[in-house]
Amino acid sequence: MEIKSLYLLVPLAPLVGAILAGLFGKLIGRRGAHIVTTLGVAISFVASYFVYRDVQAGHTFNGALYTWLESGGLKFEVGFLIDSLTVMMMLVVTFVSLMVHIYTIGYMADDPGYQRFFSYISLFTFSMLMLVMSNNYVQLFFGWEAVGLVSYLLIGFWYTRPTAIFANLKAFLVNRVGDFGFLLGIGLIASYAGSLDYAEVFAKRNELAALTETATGWSLITAICISLFIGAMGKSAQVPLHVWLPDSMEGPTPISALIHAATMVTAGIFMVTRMSPLFELSDTALSFVLVIGSITALFMGFLGIIQNDIKRVVAYSTLSQLGYMTVALGVSAYSAAVFHLMTHAFFKALLFLGAGSVIMGCHHNQDIRYMGGLRKYMPITWITSLLGSLALIGFPFFSGFYSKDSIIEAVHGSHLAGAGFAYFAVVAGVFVTAFYSFRMYFLVFHGNERYDQVPHDEHHKHDDHHPGKPHESPWVVTVPLVLLAIPSVLIGFFTIQPMLFGDWFGSAVVIDAAKHPSMAHMAESFHGAGSMALHGITTLPFILAMCGVAVSWFFYLKRPDIPAAIQKAVMPLYTLLENKYYFDKFNDVVFAGGARMLGRGLWKAGDETVIDGVMVNGTARMVGWISALVRLFQTGHIYQYAFSMIIGVFVLLTFWFNRV
Amino acid sequence: MSSHILSLAIWLPIIGAMVVFALGSERRDLARLISLVVAIAGFIVTLPLYLGFNSQVAGMQFVEQAVWIPRFNIEYLLGVDGISVLFVLLNSFITILVVLAGWQVIKEKQAQYMGAFLVMSGLMNGIFCALDGVLFYVFFEASLIPMYLIIGIWGGPKRVYAAFKFFLYTLLGSLLMLVALIWLFLESGGSFNILDWHQLRIGMAPQILIFIAFMLSFAVKVPMWPVHTWLPDAHVEAPTGGSVVLAAIALKLGAYGFLRFSLPIVPDASHAMAPVMIALSLIAVIYIGFVALAQSDMKKLVAYSSISHMGFVTLGFFIFNQLGIEGALVQMISHGFVSAAMFLCIGVMYDRMHSREIADYGGVVNTMPKFAAFFLLFAMANSGLPATSGFVGEFMVILAAIKFNFWIGFAAATTLILGAAYTLWMYKRVVFGAVANSHVAALEDINSREILILGILAISVLAMGLYPFPFTDVMHATVDNLLKHVAISKL
Repeated sequence: MEIKSLYLLVPLAPLVGAILAGLFGKLIGRRGAHIVTTLGVAISFVASYFVYRDVQAGHTFNGALYTWLESGGLKFEVGFLIDSLTVMMMLVVTFVSLMVHIYTIGYMADDPGYQRFFSYISLFTFSMLMLVMSNNYVQLFFGWEAVGLVSYLLIGFWYTRPTAIFANLKAFLVNRVGDFGFLLGIGLIASYAGSLDYAEVFAKRNELAALTETATGWSLITAICISLFIGAMGKSAQVPLHVWLPDSMEGPTPISALIHAATMVTAGIFMVTRMSPLFELSDTALSFVLVIGSITALFMGFLGIIQNDIKRVVAYSTLSQLGYMTVALGVSAYSAAVFHLMTHAFFKALLFLGAGSVIMGCHHNQDIRYMGGLRKYMPITWITSLLGSLALIGFPFFSGFYSKDSIIEAVHGSHLAGAGFAYFAVVAGVFVTAFYSFRMYFLVFHGNERYDQVPHDEHHKHDDHHPGKPHESPWVVTVPLVLLAIPSVLIGFFTIQPMLFGDWFGSAVVIDAAKHPSMAHMAESFHGAGSMALHGITTLPFILAMCGVAVSWFFYLKRPDIPAAIQKAVMPLYTLLENKYYFDKFNDVVFAGGARMLGRGLWKAGDETVIDGVMVNGTARMVGWISALVRLFQTGHIYQYAFSMIIGVFVLLTFWFNRV
Repeated sequence: MSSHILSLAIWLPIIGAMVVFALGSERRDLARLISLVVAIAGFIVTLPLYLGFNSQVAGMQFVEQAVWIPRFNIEYLLGVDGISVLFVLLNSFITILVVLAGWQVIKEKQAQYMGAFLVMSGLMNGIFCALDGVLFYVFFEASLIPMYLIIGIWGGPKRVYAAFKFFLYTLLGSLLMLVALIWLFLESGGSFNILDWHQLRIGMAPQILIFIAFMLSFAVKVPMWPVHTWLPDAHVEAPTGGSVVLAAIALKLGAYGFLRFSLPIVPDASHAMAPVMIALSLIAVIYIGFVALAQSDMKKLVAYSSISHMGFVTLGFFIFNQLGIEGALVQMISHGFVSAAMFLCIGVMYDRMHSREIADYGGVVNTMPKFAAFFLLFAMANSGLPATSGFVGEFMVILAAIKFNFWIGFAAATTLILGAAYTLWMYKRVVFGAVANSHVAALEDINSREILILGILAISVLAMGLYPFPFTDVMHATVDNLLKHVAISKL
């Protein structure tokens, strides 16, 4: 098969699956729907693997498929850029998607919207692949919005739940705020570079860096990079545009794993990496990225500590980890960011799917206060979740260790403005991560069994008033867990050398080593994956991680009374966290409420009172008033006419005589 | 050049309408069948306009010329170029959907109803094809009559107020246009040929006056802020078909007028007035966007959304670059599909529930899943989602605006947030959620006729979103030529 048709096969196979399951879902039935979609994604994964082999052999590709539009000297195309960065994303997306497809067969088995769900997740896979395979900004924006659409559909999948349809609207609108910035960035690029093709724009990057934006007087390259990054802040949920991600947990768990942990939310990280030739030219933009990332990494981690919903714990952990990736982007460690993106995709998908398995095992209870001791009932879920948690906290030799430690090292070596705060944030974040991860782990899998203490009202929709014992999930659920656990443990060890210090990314990532030497410093001190892990045991992050685990063990298994006491002692702080730093309240009152009020005001005062009331109907009233006046002279009585004629003649004559 | 396609496009629907009127409502089935046949035939006769269109030529094609009133040198002069050709097709296309949409729901005077739309269709084709000032004016004014009747006879409870408001508002605007036309006739030494006027040298002061005269007429039609308040009332009271034609075609007449008259005849005044036009356009995008957010009546909401979307059209025209003008034209066509679809969707619900209030709905997806899927597609197109037609024009105009001035682009791009907010918030309240009341519970999903109508529009919206190339391809030469023409001072 020609390689170009292989490229096409990668996104189109899931699309065909999505169309079949979406439009002909009734016809092909539930079985048919999961077969066509899973098969489509499987084909896509295998094809991606062959593309990967081809790229490894040194064949990259950059070309257009068709011209979407042409106007005013700008060409808008649909095309592919296939290089090492693309192919890595393709493999991650198709692999996690395949796992999630298989998992869904079990997880959604009883759902009436079965076919629709499969159609959506295949459509998502298609959109995400188009996003990562794009060679230009138009298609990037297409994919960007398309994944947003599918995310909207999936968060609101259970459309009768008020919380779900609130969350999906919120997600869409908050993302639109990001897209607003993103579009401005694309517009600036189109205006000043005269092209929307990555390669052509990058070729002009030095000219662009010398320009000033005419209307604003800003440095052009900084304006472009910050605008693009605002897009990334929406999609990759960075403070203050992070508010949609925790609420997105209203969607079914498989999509939380696929979309809101492993792939879609990392689109922003991918995009900035892709744009590294531009970001390298603006230290201001990089500092902005760095500070936003550090705030997200640390402060979203804190929120993970007080969550009781198993999915929300993992969601805040995702926010915090996205912050780590963003921090890496800020210090020009793009390869480290993408490396963490990859390892995170595996272990976070694993943790989410594990959480889903727990939820199934506990008869749809999601509150970790009413779990405990599940390791006895759910051995596979238990072991795989433990492995995922260890990867998340960065335990040496696990994949998360390599990626997270690289980021911390990179921040340590950076001299950018804000790097000091960022270093503190990412190191302190290690303790926080370990603490909330193992708090959840201990509460769920160890300690007393509390599954029978679920408050009654939360459960009355189920027939069984006394929920039965937890049970292990079927094989379609546990097999993906195992398959995800393997890379979660191993992939860092085997890939850190080529990805971070070898020439794997080649020209896909551009770093100005003279100005941003972090990666170069790290490369000097790197002596193999094994020795890195051994050395890691002696460093501060490892000690902090172990402290985090130990403290959570002590708090939640040994002395459960302590957390409650602390909570009472620092009530104001707890309230602040409980209200998620009041971001939601602020947005609700100021933006949502403000917009509605402004709309009402403009409508009532502007349209109805001034324009319609004064101008339009006022004109009509004026016409009526004048005609009423004029009518007085048109009575139809001869004597009145004769009288006014005489008066008139008299007046005229007076004037005439006076003039003479 | 002796083709009569344009005459056919204008008169076939009108003559067909006479037949339908003659049949009357007693023979309802036959009347509506003939209406459908006429509408389809009317669309088919316009197809050669696209297929036979030479996209390399900037000037008029398919020209027809005959003497009409020799004393004043008034001609029956028709022709289309890259700007107008697509609107003839769009208009004839929408007419089919309107006839189909009125198939069952119009119970009273159905033959007259269908006939009125056919007349309307022919007259509007006349507006897009006319190259003689008087001919244009006659078609322009005549098209008010069927719409006035459609709102006044088949409209809602406040139809008389709405119909009057619509009629007087637009009539007032066009009277000044007539003055401008007569002035141009005298100034050009006795010609009503619009293309002759394009070559006329005019001083700055008269240019400004002519610009204002045309602007008042066209701005009311677009409608631009602040002369837009007739539109929400007209939409709310009009029957579904009336709203569809109003939004999809009638609003385009004003925008078309700017391109055919204002820009080429008074280019210097157009440049001088551009800041005003841009400001009014941005007010339409932002102010009206907020107003749309506050609406509780679905039709009013979509009407305001129409005004906001038309703001992109006038914005695109007055930044004077190819991307902007072509983007504006694309936006006009796309808005023809999307607004038609939105009003048809609301019509589908209104036919069943007899309410347009958002608060009366909730959870429609539970009883009308197929409808909900269509409605979502159109709502997304209305929010400008890529891969739908709604994205293309907005994207082009925003890019062009950023190039023109970053802050103008910035202001225009807020539609990304506002458009999504008012459209999807309405969608959420109407479609999502649990079944709100017993009326919603009793809803029946769309029937095959409705699926046909919405399906055709869905395909159009997606096709234009995925491959807009053929649409812009026919425009390039004409728009390029127009820009060159506008760049040369006529002082």
